[in-house]
Amino acid sequence: MTLPNGWEIVVGLEVHTELKTASKMFCGCANSFGAEPNTNICPVCLGLPGALPVLNERAVDLAMAIGMALHSTIAPSTFHRKNYFYPDMPKDFQISQYDLPINVGGYLDLPDASRVSIERAHLEEDTGKSTHLGGTGRLQGADRSLVDYNRSGVPLVEIVSGPDIRSSAQARAYAQELRGILIATGASDGRMEEGSMRIDANVSIRKANDPFGTRCEIKNLNSLRSLQRAIDYEALRQVELLEGGGTVRQETRHWDEIQGETSTMRVKEDADDYRYFREPDLVDLAPDQSWQDRVRAGLLPMPAERRQKLAARLSEPTPAQLDAVEVVIDLGLEDFVERAVDEGVDVTLAISRAANELAAGIDEVKNLSSESFTATLFMEQRGELSATQAKTVLAELLTHGGDPHNVAREMGFEQLSSSSLGATVAELIEEHPDEWTRYREGDEKLAQFFIGQVMKLTKGQANGKSVVAELQARR
Amino acid sequence: MKSAVQIASDVRSGASTADEQLSLSLEAVRARNEELHVFLHIDEEGAREAAARVDGVIAKGENAGPLAGVPIAIKDNVCQRGVPTTCGSKILRGWRPPYSATVIDRLLAAGAVPVGKTNLDEFAMGSSTENSAYGPTRNPLCPSRVPGGSSGGSAAAVAGDMTPLAIGSDTGGSIRQPAALCGIVGVKPTYGLVSRYGLIAFSSSLDQIGPFAKTVTDAATLLEVLAGHDPMDSTSLPEPPPSLVAHLNDGVAGKRIGVVTELIEGADEEIVNEVHRALQVFREAGATVVELSIPELRLGLSAYYLIAPAEASSNLARYDGVRYGLRVDAQDVTAMNEATRTAGFGDEVKRRIMLGTYALSAGYYDAYYGQALKVRTQMIDAFARAYHEVDLIVGATTPTVAFPIGEKASNPMAMYLSDVFTIPTNLTGEAAITVPFGTGEADLPIGVQLLGPGRSEAQLFSAARVLEMADGRA
Repeated sequence: MTLPNGWEIVVGLEVHTELKTASKMFCGCANSFGAEPNTNICPVCLGLPGALPVLNERAVDLAMAIGMALHSTIAPSTFHRKNYFYPDMPKDFQISQYDLPINVGGYLDLPDASRVSIERAHLEEDTGKSTHLGGTGRLQGADRSLVDYNRSGVPLVEIVSGPDIRSSAQARAYAQELRGILIATGASDGRMEEGSMRIDANVSIRKANDPFGTRCEIKNLNSLRSLQRAIDYEALRQVELLEGGGTVRQETRHWDEIQGETSTMRVKEDADDYRYFREPDLVDLAPDQSWQDRVRAGLLPMPAERRQKLAARLSEPTPAQLDAVEVVIDLGLEDFVERAVDEGVDVTLAISRAANELAAGIDEVKNLSSESFTATLFMEQRGELSATQAKTVLAELLTHGGDPHNVAREMGFEQLSSSSLGATVAELIEEHPDEWTRYREGDEKLAQFFIGQVMKLTKGQANGKSVVAELQARR
Repeated sequence: MKSAVQIASDVRSGASTADEQLSLSLEAVRARNEELHVFLHIDEEGAREAAARVDGVIAKGENAGPLAGVPIAIKDNVCQRGVPTTCGSKILRGWRPPYSATVIDRLLAAGAVPVGKTNLDEFAMGSSTENSAYGPTRNPLCPSRVPGGSSGGSAAAVAGDMTPLAIGSDTGGSIRQPAALCGIVGVKPTYGLVSRYGLIAFSSSLDQIGPFAKTVTDAATLLEVLAGHDPMDSTSLPEPPPSLVAHLNDGVAGKRIGVVTELIEGADEEIVNEVHRALQVFREAGATVVELSIPELRLGLSAYYLIAPAEASSNLARYDGVRYGLRVDAQDVTAMNEATRTAGFGDEVKRRIMLGTYALSAGYYDAYYGQALKVRTQMIDAFARAYHEVDLIVGATTPTVAFPIGEKASNPMAMYLSDVFTIPTNLTGEAAITVPFGTGEADLPIGVQLLGPGRSEAQLFSAARVLEMADGRA
């Protein structure tokens, strides 16, 4: 979306990601989503009187891995207490990093070659989760509130970008690229719908080259789609305000997904004074060179590098193919493609089937081995399966697993081996001598006639290209 | 009452049993607890079980530990699984921790028998135990006077011969000041020597658990049990703790001992005189006495009353009525938080929460909390310089002997001043011990304080032992 009258969107994003550690940030409780409420808790993450935090070094590993992937400087850091009252925060303060974060500076390059600067990426602990029943559905005015402390003390990294983003589409691309990096570092599963990646957007507008305008912070962005819609809505709201002679008030706004609009949560004047001070129960965090080296050595290639590598297999990639490559990398499906291509499957076919069929069944992809994927694509390539049949076989393999040859046979696709197709074509030539003669004499339209006949006989299960190949072989 | 070392020896040898020693202790508790209000909770059932375990271990011919069968009193800000822990506050009335502090586990493993939880100033904020929501404790030596605080109950348990040992916590003098006023030995160990896991925090960077005992030897024996690295406390020292009992009779010959002007000035004359008598004892024992001045000490009290309340304002935020302890219902959660905290906290706790909140607030942080941190750093540097000159420092523990109940209760500043000599050691994170030495007004005991650098406990105990022997105490 482009703003009217020369207005420009300015966005900075704060992305919170839960770290995929086995245990929580300061205690030994399991860090897992979806357990019975208040089962993964102990004196430490419940903030019981007398309990003390002990830093989980695995969380530090992952935080550093994120920083390294974002070209940040790993710096000596400290923990602070952010003090405010909220019932889902058991100590009524959050342990976070303040003026000395572990990752300082850095940048993220997007697929469109734009660069977004990173200000910092720091460690902090997550809060519990409140459910408000009755009333307004928010804390104030609810009839009852229930709190689940399973999430309390789960390690988080907050990644703060510079105000470098100039459109909602770029914001989305940034979030998507960052998500890929978080997955690639092993720091996160990137599941926005489970809240393991949450985004706040700072949005302002200005005329090109003017100083930055007053910003509003939008909370509750739970999907890439929400992110993009909320930024567009908010930017237009600010345009209308300013063009109507008003001013933008610095405030925190809530995104309502259903209404598709933002509304005031709190204005700056009543912003909390968090009374930050050094967390006296923790010691300073300054990972030495050998610790940093160990983390760096364990880093796998990041999405940009992997995209480049996969795209290099295409001779002259079209924009659509590059999009497919992006999908394959985003979803971590390149192993399927690489192996199939190494075995001799056509690279375009492999990328297409991965970016479409595997992407559609991404939650079930664990059921599919790369051998089965390769075998299915070979069957398609050899004409033993039509494109439609190959897609059906892949869908079946994703849902229930199994051997692709057996699946094809059980689905009645097996008669379409090239020998049986050859026999069918030979029969039709005998039955339709006139058409065959006209075809031999160069009337290519009659290929369609024979394909139609084959389809009728095989109940639509033949591969058109294979039929043409059979006809040509007899011409 | 016998010493802890003697009781443990008797129990181990079969001359007595842990259960018998527990009965003697409980009898003494019952005889005076109503008058003195030392224990908030007597855990007879748990204590009987602990004693039975010790006796069982001994019956099997196994080692029951250095504190086998020794009854011990626990300050009621230390969590013990299943035992009511109130911190002297209404806000935690009825709360039973589902876990035990590391020191409790260590005590049980050493054969000690915790008999109950002792009274304290609410959340350890005070110097007389008058700030307990459950009423004041009286000094066993003179019941019209305070036992000191905040660990007044633990000091009184030992001074009143109820238990030979007790543990307390010392944030600004809360072990040493009551030990001095009750005429017993009290130790503020080096920060990190004893795990704080399970100690209900007042001021996390200052709090430290330590022993009360009648003798230096008993205190050393207890501290050896308490000390040691704890993976549950990030601030716990990683090094193995110093060996204390083996060095008790090392003496002070050849040591350089500093007497610091600022650690005596303002104390009653009778107390200054005892400090000078202690210096004479050290000279006679072969030490060299050096006079020192550490002007930074004059800023200690002010820095302390910003840092401690600041940390407390955050540490005490969790008492919000949501999860445990008192809840006063109201129309919404914010109002419930407020009503609960209004009803649950006493005046001194509220005063410090407000002070600390103010000191940390935007626009005031630099002038107050930030400034206090700078003073703290200056004080650490000043002591480090002093310890280039001397091995240890001598001063008064308190400016006065035990004062009458009610005398300072309505004057917070006067009360705060009773910790002026003990606060510096908490700010520096170093070690100090108080040992009874002579008496003053109304024959009340006087404590002499010995201060040393971090992990210098062995040296402090052997110096304290010199004074103890000179005073004919043990």
